[in-house]
Amino acid sequence: MDNNKNWIDQRFPLTKVWNEHLAEYYTPRNFNFWYFFGSLAILVLVIQLITGIFLTMHFKPEAGLAFDSVEYIMRDVDWGWLIRYMHSTGASAFFVVVYLHMYRALIYGSYKAPRELIWIIGMVIYIALMAEAFMGYVLPWGQMSYWGAQVIISLFGSVPVIGPDLLVWILGDYAVGDAALNRFFSLHVIAMPLILVVLVFLHIVALHTVGSNNPDGIEIKKNKDKNGIPKDGIPFHPYYSVKDIVGVVVFLMIFSAVIFFAPALNGYFLEHANFVEANPLKTPEHIAPLWYLTPFYSVLRAIPPMFGSQFPGVLAMFAALLIFFALPWLDRSKVKSIRYRSLPYKIALGIFVVSFVWLGYLGMQPVTPMNAFLARVFTATYFGFFILMPWFTSIGQTKPVPERLTGV
Amino acid sequence: MSGQEIDLKKRRFLTQATSVVGAVGVGFVAWPFLSTWSPSAAAKAAGAPVDVDISKLEPGQLVRVLWRKKPVWIFRRDDQIISDLKTLESDLADPNNEQQQQPEYAKNPTRSIKPEIAVIIGVCTHLGCSPTYRPEVGAADLGGDSWKGGFYCPCHGSKFDLAGRVYAGVPAPTNLVVPPYHFVNDSLIRVGVDPQA
Repeated sequence: MDNNKNWIDQRFPLTKVWNEHLAEYYTPRNFNFWYFFGSLAILVLVIQLITGIFLTMHFKPEAGLAFDSVEYIMRDVDWGWLIRYMHSTGASAFFVVVYLHMYRALIYGSYKAPRELIWIIGMVIYIALMAEAFMGYVLPWGQMSYWGAQVIISLFGSVPVIGPDLLVWILGDYAVGDAALNRFFSLHVIAMPLILVVLVFLHIVALHTVGSNNPDGIEIKKNKDKNGIPKDGIPFHPYYSVKDIVGVVVFLMIFSAVIFFAPALNGYFLEHANFVEANPLKTPEHIAPLWYLTPFYSVLRAIPPMFGSQFPGVLAMFAALLIFFALPWLDRSKVKSIRYRSLPYKIALGIFVVSFVWLGYLGMQPVTPMNAFLARVFTATYFGFFILMPWFTSIGQTKPVPERLTGV
Repeated sequence: MSGQEIDLKKRRFLTQATSVVGAVGVGFVAWPFLSTWSPSAAAKAAGAPVDVDISKLEPGQLVRVLWRKKPVWIFRRDDQIISDLKTLESDLADPNNEQQQQPEYAKNPTRSIKPEIAVIIGVCTHLGCSPTYRPEVGAADLGGDSWKGGFYCPCHGSKFDLAGRVYAGVPAPTNLVVPPYHFVNDSLIRVGVDPQA
């Protein structure tokens, strides 16, 4: 065994990688519930890759065949229903996990220096994931697939001057059809997964370069023992690899419950209208994107047309997404963790979370004057969180940050 | 090489020249890849005109046909509807069709060649949904008594009158588009071709 290891180590840094990233990668000893979601995101990515490979074996990316081929997977392919529901539930699970992962970064200040690049790579992953999920949702070619694609791609048509040509170029036709379905299939099964895997790799490399943040927001590397090991650090493996298995088991229990008992989750994971084949002549009575995109959809709807153009709303929607990138530089606070933050920050974060959830809810609802009004209010508070951040993170009394990790 | 000075200037020039030539090459190779996304010859050919028989179209009745993969509505308006159109003008964003959303020959109060026959592309000018036909006057969910029939977009709540003109204060910025069309004879419409001059 040792001989084999030596043979490999002379040709490939196996032991070195193992030690640097697992056995001798020192992580803060006080990780809590919120630290399960990074490893869970990797788990879901693997589930999506494997189920996706098998779905691709039976799916037909052609407008006349796509819907039927999905029904064929559901009814005729042995266990096809299970693989497909794993994949469709996995898409929503991915966003559940990623949103909780991002919220963790917000409450513990994990985006702050020196972890800005981890945050930025993470945001690129988030946007790539949205594109991947959107294109995947088009493939079954149901009513929501079709009309969702119609709405989202129309956004590009509102770009001044080049909009209409850009739209035709993206679609490869004058309307959503076979050409669009076919290229989305290609991007969904090849391009985006490759990009996602590379980005996740970069995310982890960046993380392991600076080391993990923790619920106290203290740099454990500032307190090392005489061997250069952080006093508050424990090796990732076996301590957190084993702990993460607990998270995996609980996650898989919930995941399985959804797959087996409520795969459509009452229209939240698979919309009812998507069980009807795409019909270019008839828009469904109520159309909304899946839940993970609705906060941004709400922002889009909240902005009225200006200068005879829909473009301002589109800009606002993309701004709502891109403004996350500026977070590390908007936050002026000396402390990272919510545990030691000032009261103004806690209030602002609370308002932001309420705004985000409300925008998400409103994005699923039909437009009424009341809903439109609420969407505008929460759009304002959403942007207010970011724009006012340099101010509210520099006022108020922060609590003293301890030298060493607390508790545990 | 020993004893020779390294000419850094020359080296930098060569590096830059190679980079520029390489970038131009990448640009040329990227072009065919990007061009594959344009509509294919087959997709362009599929945009042919469509003929619609309107001899059996009753007042208030609406038929949908596909032209260039877009829904086109053709419906018959009675005198009541045509006179109601005038009363709506104060509620509309562009009642006089200032924006070029129709061919010249349809730039009139009913936005059509014949006042009673409407031909409109059924794609919301907001984000491309197809609005729902809501001809019933006074529909409670669409403003009650002030609603004189029209189209309601379920996606984002835009409203249009029975000439496809957009109401003010809704997400859609412009009137619905009137496609090029003409009457081959009294009962046949050809969508996609302007009338012969």
